[in-house]
Amino acid sequence: MTPPQRRRRFPKEPPEHSPEQIPDPAPVPAIREGQGETNQPGRLYILTGQVEDGDRAPLDLVTLIVASDDAPPPTAQPEQSALLQLCRTPLSVAELSAYLDLPFSVVTVLLTELLAAELVQARAPIVRSELPDRSLLEAVMHGLQKL
Amino acid sequence: MDFKSSDTITGPRAEDHLPHTAQAAVKIVIVGGFGVGKTTMVGSVSEIRPLTTEETMTQAGVGVDDNYGSESKTATTVAMDFGRISITEQLVLYLFGTPGQERFWFLWNGLFEGALGAVVLIDTRRLEVSFDVIGRLEERGVPFVVAVNDFPDAPRYPMEDLRAALDLPEEIPIVKCDARRRASSRDVLMTLMRFLHSIAMASASA
Repeated sequence: MTPPQRRRRFPKEPPEHSPEQIPDPAPVPAIREGQGETNQPGRLYILTGQVEDGDRAPLDLVTLIVASDDAPPPTAQPEQSALLQLCRTPLSVAELSAYLDLPFSVVTVLLTELLAAELVQARAPIVRSELPDRSLLEAVMHGLQKL
Repeated sequence: MDFKSSDTITGPRAEDHLPHTAQAAVKIVIVGGFGVGKTTMVGSVSEIRPLTTEETMTQAGVGVDDNYGSESKTATTVAMDFGRISITEQLVLYLFGTPGQERFWFLWNGLFEGALGAVVLIDTRRLEVSFDVIGRLEERGVPFVVAVNDFPDAPRYPMEDLRAALDLPEEIPIVKCDARRRASSRDVLMTLMRFLHSIAMASASA
């Protein structure tokens, strides 16, 4: 029995001053994992207002968010209060998205406002770099061994 | 999607709170085709019940030019399950199980770029669905290992045949696993970490 055969690929060079790339016509998404259909995104638009992408804070899925104070200020909107209550202890943006049942992008918009108002602090993730941090990798290995 | 009021939001259980000392997080991506066991693997090693983050993707209908002015847009929700492992009081590891289609990867900032590395989970009954995923990771320079989720009725190829079929270089680990078992999934993550460590050692001595 012979398995099907793949051909190896190699890292792509970053594009050199290429004119604006024309994206391939995106196929209609067919695969959906997880939960059932959601409603139209109109409701989200109302919730977040018209915030351009460029105005969003650079938040990663695993940026840890911590509320600055124990109690939300009385002026906070309901969704802001809920978010502030959730991150009285550190919580990743992904977890906030999951618990609030809101898309990641909507949570980053809400957080951008809260960060600007200094109601939350963001603890940036450690990301892969050109020079990998061996002590970090060793710490993760040590932690996994305890599982 | 209505916003949940504060009263109805189910936050983390008391035991799922991270300590205030948690300073930073790292992430690993588990990628593979539909039904290959990504969520099972996340769930078997996660200290929290796996959670789901979603993103809404709006795109114009195919053939935009033809129906200019009557844009038909479709909104699709893409879901990604994830779990968490506390490494130390300061460091947290997150595991994301993501669909293999690259067009979904752009929905979440730096999903792969920032990850320590990736696990490509494969099912030998549908080996070819992993070909494109592996190729995309190669193109992006994301370090990865390959884990074969050992389904009972799946063809059992010798590992070297699989390595040849997947055209994997000798240094990239390929291991068997049972994603349902915590120890087995943990071993896959350890394999990835040892691989990343060997890359770090090599680049340090270069």
